[in-house]
Amino acid sequence: MRKGIVRFSVNYVQILDENGKCSESTELTNEQVKEIYELMVLSRIFDEKSVKLQREGRLGTYPPVRGQEAAQVASAYALDKKDWMIPAFRENASMIVRGLPMEMLLQYWGGDERGQKIPADQNNLTFAIPVGTQPLHAVGIAWASKIMGDKIASLVYFGDGATSEGDTSEAMNFAGVFSLPLVFACMNNQWAISVPRKKQTAAETIAQKAIAFGFDGIQVDGNDVFAVYKATKDALEKARSGKGPTLIELFTYRMGDHTTADDASRYRKKSEIDEWLKKDPIERLRKYMESNKLWTKDYEEKLLVKSGKKVEDAIKKYESVPMEDPGKIFEYVYAGMTEKLENQQKSLERQDESKS
Amino acid sequence: MMLNMAQAINLALKQEMEKNKKVVLLGEDIGVDGGVFRVTEGLLERFGPNRVIDTPLAESAIIGTSIGMAIYGLKPVAEIQFDGFLYPALDQLISHAARIRNRSRGRFTCPLVVRIPCAGGIHAPEHHSESPETHIVHTPGLKAVMPSTPYDAKGLLTAAMRDPDPVVFFEPKKLYRSPKQEVPEKDYDIPIGKAGVTKEGGDVTLVSWGTMVHVCAEAAEKLKGKNIDAEIIDVRSLSPLDTETILNSVQKTGRAVIVHEAPRTLGLGAEIAATISEADILSLKAPVKRVTGFDIPMPLAKHENLYLPDAGRVSRAAEEVMKF
Ligand SMILES: Cc1ncc(C[n+]2csc(CCOP(=O)(O)OP(=O)(O)O)c2C)c(N)n1
Ligand SMILES: [Mg+2]
Repeated sequence: MRKGIVRFSVNYVQILDENGKCSESTELTNEQVKEIYELMVLSRIFDEKSVKLQREGRLGTYPPVRGQEAAQVASAYALDKKDWMIPAFRENASMIVRGLPMEMLLQYWGGDERGQKIPADQNNLTFAIPVGTQPLHAVGIAWASKIMGDKIASLVYFGDGATSEGDTSEAMNFAGVFSLPLVFACMNNQWAISVPRKKQTAAETIAQKAIAFGFDGIQVDGNDVFAVYKATKDALEKARSGKGPTLIELFTYRMGDHTTADDASRYRKKSEIDEWLKKDPIERLRKYMESNKLWTKDYEEKLLVKSGKKVEDAIKKYESVPMEDPGKIFEYVYAGMTEKLENQQKSLERQDESKS
Repeated sequence: MMLNMAQAINLALKQEMEKNKKVVLLGEDIGVDGGVFRVTEGLLERFGPNRVIDTPLAESAIIGTSIGMAIYGLKPVAEIQFDGFLYPALDQLISHAARIRNRSRGRFTCPLVVRIPCAGGIHAPEHHSESPETHIVHTPGLKAVMPSTPYDAKGLLTAAMRDPDPVVFFEPKKLYRSPKQEVPEKDYDIPIGKAGVTKEGGDVTLVSWGTMVHVCAEAAEKLKGKNIDAEIIDVRSLSPLDTETILNSVQKTGRAVIVHEAPRTLGLGAEIAATISEADILSLKAPVKRVTGFDIPMPLAKHENLYLPDAGRVSRAAEEVMKF
């Protein structure tokens, strides 16, 4: 005997098309739409400025967000304050939405650990640079919240490249087995440095990987704020109501270089970028807002000035923070310093004295 | 109570779980089966499946999710079933557990315990007799302990479960069912970072941990017959290392033999030898000697005795430093 025993399908969701036309209701008030738009604009100015600062030698290596603003902002916006957000390393815009001061982002990318001392009232984990390692932390966090009976959900970001790491599969497997309140938000920006999405997996979509782990996967137009928001919101609600995890593939594009240390023209064509330029997430929302009388030139000008000033203020703060006391590099290895670390700290102080 | 090491560990887990509702155990086959060494026997029945969790088979995930739990506020005690299967989880331990406090400048901490049955001498298959402690000790941000007696096992594990930082707790498999010892039922801990002097002596200091402490005791008996009075230090806490106890002893005896099962090159013995010579070369009457595993993959059962330091090798080394 031979018969089909499993069939699956994967949905694709788009609400706002490339021309700014909406196919269904957005579930957002006009005020919320404006707030999301303003966060996206702020993120983009921050992003452009950060790249510039790096070029001027005022910031370290920086991973640009450009092109992924809808995917980052609308998903982070869907979270409740108490929910946990577990970022990879490119989620600068998500962090801004979640309230991390921009000067702290700059501080971190400028090479100062204090930039990742997440404020105590924010449930955002630190950036994770080792690709694909953080989904497991998210599973642990979601698991702990479930064990402790807290009525929250968690969301973890990871890239298309990260789906090839074993840890990411282990994370989805555990989340499925224990039916954890977690949303897997895969930022499929089509590239992992120079490796295109097709060379990362033979699967037709990343979303369908969830099927193998026993839960739903959905592909979402990641440049469509409304679709990203709705898919995330639904998945978070499903998580909170005890119905387990969801994988959301946010289909988007990395418009910039991988980081400021990368030159993407070595491995991808300009024509590809031009195609994606037409799908720009901010421009798309702007068109929608304009036709719904939520946007005027005057509003835009004021917004640009206001956002530009916020970023400039953050840069000022970042650049005026005094260097961390050198001895501090020994102080956060353990809760208390070991004798060995105390000795090494003293030897560093002596070196400092002999230099001056 | 008279307990062997496996029972002492079980008791420590049980008592701490009763005391601290945040302690959860997770690992492969630790629940229904009670662990392949029966160390977690009876705990699932007592504490239920939310606190004694049989996980899918994935070491990196066991540690990676424990990290998330610890960050959130639980006290996970994860078991890696055998030493040789720690390696898939090393990335999570080294890249995250060890660093989250530093990375976040103290905003997040990772107070988890990883229990690992370790070391050889039980004729196990390949990958079941490893001594991977150097990888842990070499990683800033992790702590590592290894008991050699049931009494120490209970006290050290209790301390590990109350520590604010990640602690790797090595359990020498060969000692799980070695002779029982009186273990107090009452709550006690043995501070991490403190070595023990298990036998006093004036001629030569034998420094070791885990199974090798017993090999040193046997060697000390042999040496007695040759009029050599050995002092034995059970390092117990591999990181942080109690250099004070070691240096005090070497100051007295002027001679040291370091004994460990792990391969020689860059084993913890190298660090201890360097520490002694940096701190106190003038008290030494002879070069520090090491008796260790060889720099080869751990041999399978038939040849494992060639690899493992035994009382003969240790006593010969001690005689050599006495003759120097
Ligand atoms: C484990 C690991 N391997 C390699 C790297 C180097 N690296 C940094 S980002 C990256 C590509 C990541 O691609 P993806 O997951 O798609 O995220 P994206 O950069 O597109 O946001 C690589 C290879 C790393 N940080 N971690
Ligand atoms: Mg990518």
